[in-house]
Amino acid sequence: MAGDNVKVKIDNVVKKYNTRKGEMIALNGVNLEIKENEFICVVGPSGCGKSTLLNIIAGLLEPTSGQVLVDGKPVEGPGPERGVVFQQYALFPWLTVLKNVEFGLKLKGVTGEQATAEAMKYLKMVQLEQFANSYPKELSGGMKQRVAIARAYAVNPEVLLMDEPFGALDAQTRTQLQSELLVTWEQEKKTCFFITHDVDEAIILAQKVIIMSARPGRIKEIVDINIPYPRTQETKMSPEFLELKNYIWSQVYQEYLEVRK
Amino acid sequence: MGSKKKTSFLSQIPAKAWMVLSVITAFLLWIVIASTEAGGVIFAEPWEVFGKLVSKLQDGTLWPHIYISLFRVIVGFLCGFVASIPIAFLMGWYAPVRNLVAPWIQFVRNIPPLAYIPLVIAGAGVGEKAKIIVIFIASFLVLVVTIYQGVCNVDVTLIKAARVLGATDKDIFFKVVIPASTPFILVGARLGLSTSLTTLVAAELTGASKGLGMMIQKAQGYYDMATVLMGILIIGIIGLTFEQIVRFLERKLTGWQETM
Repeated sequence: MAGDNVKVKIDNVVKKYNTRKGEMIALNGVNLEIKENEFICVVGPSGCGKSTLLNIIAGLLEPTSGQVLVDGKPVEGPGPERGVVFQQYALFPWLTVLKNVEFGLKLKGVTGEQATAEAMKYLKMVQLEQFANSYPKELSGGMKQRVAIARAYAVNPEVLLMDEPFGALDAQTRTQLQSELLVTWEQEKKTCFFITHDVDEAIILAQKVIIMSARPGRIKEIVDINIPYPRTQETKMSPEFLELKNYIWSQVYQEYLEVRK
Repeated sequence: MGSKKKTSFLSQIPAKAWMVLSVITAFLLWIVIASTEAGGVIFAEPWEVFGKLVSKLQDGTLWPHIYISLFRVIVGFLCGFVASIPIAFLMGWYAPVRNLVAPWIQFVRNIPPLAYIPLVIAGAGVGEKAKIIVIFIASFLVLVVTIYQGVCNVDVTLIKAARVLGATDKDIFFKVVIPASTPFILVGARLGLSTSLTTLVAAELTGASKGLGMMIQKAQGYYDMATVLMGILIIGIIGLTFEQIVRFLERKLTGWQETM
């Protein structure tokens, strides 16, 4: 399913912060290769540096040492080839849904009817075309996150970075958006780097689940998820799913206990 | 479960009716106070004030006062508005500017404009320039402090979101920071306008040939309380009108805000 080309290469990334208590190591030598069109989920206890890693790939943070390469080129700052979906939706509240989705297109130089047509295509993809002229305040949390996904897709990024995008949603909306995201990803393949707290979510979405260790953050284990797509919510009942869930959960739980120490 | 929610008689009165009731009550109170011996010394009766208004409108002596006062307030405020926006944004974005400017703004902000009027008059004379400068300083300070708050409150995630969609610093300034700060700019405008009006009267009391503050001052000399009251009421009405204009702009420009 995934190509064989390495799309994103994380090369010995270290991130240290200076805090009042002294130096804090958020990431301690992370190495990872993400193949083209691969769907990767990252799980780990709070404070393990998952978000820091995502921000470094996005170019919003600079690593203390090491580097991230996309298509062999080192990341220097953010770029539209790497889209980000944030947990807090981050829609521009003063723009309508349509204008939010057009935002990135216009920065790319796509204007007028062409931008509108392109944006509407992605709003249809997330089934919100009838809300094109609404403002974000008129939407529910799930709808807002769908708009954010449409906005990220509209600039046609090659890599999609998602920082606990469904973390603030209720269980029902969350499962619905998981299914929708899978459908979207199968229609329009992207390299996905998806952070979550939810082990079920990680297994249902990903081809590989990365388990991160407690601070200082490192990759503890990479678990291959060999459940064929298309996956549905019924997949969550299958024995192989439950077995993986058990295993990953126990690994994450160990790390969680580390944090509590 | 069976009991109906009691709707009290008072809660059924529409807002407009309350408004009318409030105005009528105030008028009655005014009449009562003016008719007493002690109150009559301060308060002229409503019809006396109204009569003054009609006669001053007819002989054309009122309009010049209103024009010149409005001119001073609007020019002073607009200068303050135009100057405050870049300063507030620079303070929000560049630490050196913030560190250099902020302490002085905090310092001058607490000084009533009346205190530095003599300095301004010494520098700019007693003419229009001095009054406009004082109003400019007063409104500028209020605007800078409020807009600066707004710039500091821009959600960092929105800036990140714009950045990952390919926005440059210029795009972020015009397409994120300015719209996100608009609610604060409008609050600043409202506070700035009311400060301008307060300062206007203070500036005019120190000497002017025309203006509402001057008119009040002069009438006081003749013990013409009807004109004093009329001047006060006109200033109040101007203030309310400014407020309504800003509210209208708020509805037009910041209707997108989430309301609690």
